Amino acid sequence: MNQSRQHVAVIDYGMGNLHSVASALAHADPQAFVEVSADADVIARADRVVFPGVGAIRDCMAEIRRLGFDQMVRQAIVEKPVLAICIGMQALMDSSDENDGVECLGILPGKVHFFGDDLRDELGHRLKVPHMGWSCVEQAVDHPMWQKIDSGSRFYFVHSYYVEALERERVAGVCEYSRTFDAALASENIFATQFHPEKSHTVGLQLLSNFLAWDGK
Amino acid sequence: MGLAKRIIPCLDVDAGRVVKGVQFVDIRDAGDPVEVAKRYNEQGADEITFLDITASHEGRETTVHIVEKIASEVFIPLTVGGGIREVEDIRRMLNAGADKVGINTAAIHRPDFVQQAADRFGSQCIVVAIDAKRVNAEGDSDRWEIFTHGGRKPTGIDALEWAERMVNYGAGEILLTSMDRDGTKDGFDLKLTSAISELVSVPVIASGGVGNLQHLVDGVVDGLADAVLAASIFHFGEYSILEAKRYMAERGVEVRLD
Repeated sequence: MNQSRQHVAVIDYGMGNLHSVASALAHADPQAFVEVSADADVIARADRVVFPGVGAIRDCMAEIRRLGFDQMVRQAIVEKPVLAICIGMQALMDSSDENDGVECLGILPGKVHFFGDDLRDELGHRLKVPHMGWSCVEQAVDHPMWQKIDSGSRFYFVHSYYVEALERERVAGVCEYSRTFDAALASENIFATQFHPEKSHTVGLQLLSNFLAWDGK
Repeated sequence: MGLAKRIIPCLDVDAGRVVKGVQFVDIRDAGDPVEVAKRYNEQGADEITFLDITASHEGRETTVHIVEKIASEVFIPLTVGGGIREVEDIRRMLNAGADKVGINTAAIHRPDFVQQAADRFGSQCIVVAIDAKRVNAEGDSDRWEIFTHGGRKPTGIDALEWAERMVNYGAGEILLTSMDRDGTKDGFDLKLTSAISELVSVPVIASGGVGNLQHLVDGVVDGLADAVLAASIFHFGEYSILEAKRYMAERGVEVRLD
């Protein structure tokens, strides 16, 4: 490995498509060395870490625990910039209502709730679940991760459960879908998004390149 | 601002080339799929759907490579359908970079395949494709059935019941094609689309019959579709995705315009 290139580890715990995250990171910074890995040493060595996730949180948490990744994630978050995406964000919370209740990592205080079955917008139009597609994210704070991205930009979401952080000062962005929910959280060197930056076209690639330039402060 | 209605160009790919059949018969060549996907991405497509209509095994290997190539250059969601019959087919497409897979015929032969797929990979990546055709006589109440083999073979399955069942089995989205309208340029079957969209809790993509931009508006406003899919109006340069979005926005449809 070339020492001058920064090393980005995408944590692979066997859940879903990590290649799109890795290829979007590589596209955002062709100089970066992006490695999809399940190896604790690789993740410990990396300059920054991406914690992705798709699918059901019960399976994700089971795999994280089985592979002993809870310790690894806990360690990574004290040391370097971490970007958690979608289920990765949800996994950082205390618990989720999905699958009749799942204990999560408890790194950020708060819970993950179900949107509900019969959602309506303010005009009474039916809203489908999963919340799938492009919604506006209103930025709640100034943050290096939001550089060159307008508040209100649309990002790609696909989820049926949403995060509600207990400590509201950690909310970095919110989104409307039948209710206001937390679309992004920022806590020290962690930035977490419910949306998928790797699928969000130019604004998503901008957020990933912001992450690759972020010192975690 | 709420959730934008999605515009999804569809690439029908046969042995590595984009084609578009008019009612699955008259096939016209529309180019290299990677180039076509990149062009749509630049024009502001919200997703891309890739339907593999290749029959041969060798052709399928080509498809995996094309999906890999598209996924490494296009950073919007990518759905791949056609020939998805086993859990292993899904795994290969997801590993190649697809975000969702479309299951069609296999769901009819083995409905529990949908359940198995949703359990393993999550509902968010399982799209059930439904090809429906009107079967009631004129004047009788509306009824649509599921057809296979490009609309030639009836199954006797009621389209509404089927859609509901597929959602109960874990489909995260329904790709609904009217086989009466596909390739005709007469617009979506709006009655079919609204009936299914009102019935199910998951997003519905309207497909089949788009001939002009007003049809896209109608699909959303009258068909109650969450997303609209079209192929030929985009492939042959009649309209760009951006033109379609501007047209829709001017008529009050919320779309993503960067």
